[in-house]
Amino acid sequence: MTSFNSIRSVLSLPAAPVQYVVNLPTRIVDDVSKYFRSHNTLVAENAQFKSEQLLLRIRLQRLVAIESENDYLKSLLRSSRKVNGRTLIAELLAVAAEPFVNQVTLDKGRRDGVYVGQPVLDADGVMGQIIEAGPLTSRVLLINDSRSGIAVQNVRSGIRAVASGNNYSDRLHLLYVPKTTDIRIGDLFLTSGLGDHYPEGYPVGKVVSVTKDPSHQFAEIYLQPSAHLDKSRQVLLIWYQKNALS
Amino acid sequence: MRYLNAIVITLSAALFLTLLPMPEWTVWARPAWVLLVLIFWTMIAPHRVNVGIAWITGLMLDTLTGTMLGEHALALTIVVYFAYRLRMRMNMFPMLQQGLSIFLFVVIYQIIIYVLQGFCGEAPHTSLFWLSSLTSMLLWPWLFGMLRDYCHRARISLAVN
Repeated sequence: MTSFNSIRSVLSLPAAPVQYVVNLPTRIVDDVSKYFRSHNTLVAENAQFKSEQLLLRIRLQRLVAIESENDYLKSLLRSSRKVNGRTLIAELLAVAAEPFVNQVTLDKGRRDGVYVGQPVLDADGVMGQIIEAGPLTSRVLLINDSRSGIAVQNVRSGIRAVASGNNYSDRLHLLYVPKTTDIRIGDLFLTSGLGDHYPEGYPVGKVVSVTKDPSHQFAEIYLQPSAHLDKSRQVLLIWYQKNALS
Repeated sequence: MRYLNAIVITLSAALFLTLLPMPEWTVWARPAWVLLVLIFWTMIAPHRVNVGIAWITGLMLDTLTGTMLGEHALALTIVVYFAYRLRMRMNMFPMLQQGLSIFLFVVIYQIIIYVLQGFCGEAPHTSLFWLSSLTSMLLWPWLFGMLRDYCHRARISLAVN
């Protein structure tokens, strides 16, 4: 299996120029439409950003205090988990894959330190993990792929579960949850940090349906992913070397 | 040399068209560009383009689309083999019949992809998946004409052998 992975990453080198060229038209259209933005839109956008920044800064003030307190408590508990780490912003290449493949291509590769198993986030939540790191590009397996699994925890009740992708609905499916568990529609699930793949405390999804069919052994619970899996153009790569696949 | 250039150019164009982002409602209707171009070259120059080139192009397609390594390679290889065996008859066929055989080829190609995806546990979940065969068939007359024109312009002799 590992040798196949290395073949893949070698093959991705000649594939990279093709992907960059295909990305070009989308990029040019983006740039041109950016150039022709009207003055009014820019002013309105600027005002919106300013108010948003104020809001975020106020929230940040509180978070700084909480974070230092948290670090202090963790050091008391001798936990080695770091809250802040190295991050990198990557851009999605506008490259279509087969429609039944839930993967995206990023414009960062091993040259920038990307490794296989690295978690990928967007502004609203967890997007997935790197499954193939070529020299110039890398490939992300999205969390709504049926081969992806992610350890999650309910914010309200603290219940832990594993969320797996589901190709039929583009939603996440909670595996093996007993019917008596306290999970309601609208509950938010965060990464639990178990499984050592994703860092703790990032939003994964909200519960959109809970079915307790007497003929099934487990409750059928579906989450709507928090991240915009099909809309985000920029994503965040974070270095979380706890249990990287090599 | 001329042949090599033309083959590389048309195959890369097919790869670009396979990857080009399209509006949401057309994703299932994308024709099997690479397969069509490979079949064209198999009909025109069977001693230059056949199963080997199909296999290499398939591996490239697998890395580009992120499917299992060898999936498209296998599908392309098998279909191009059939096209190679039937190339004489294909060259004699009128356009309608040629289109129908192309339809059959693309359907075989899609069945192989479908089965392999099923083994990996993520077979396409809508029957729109098969739309690609139809669009490929409708596209064939234009593609064939365009590629033949391109060959004339590139001064490639279309000796049928």
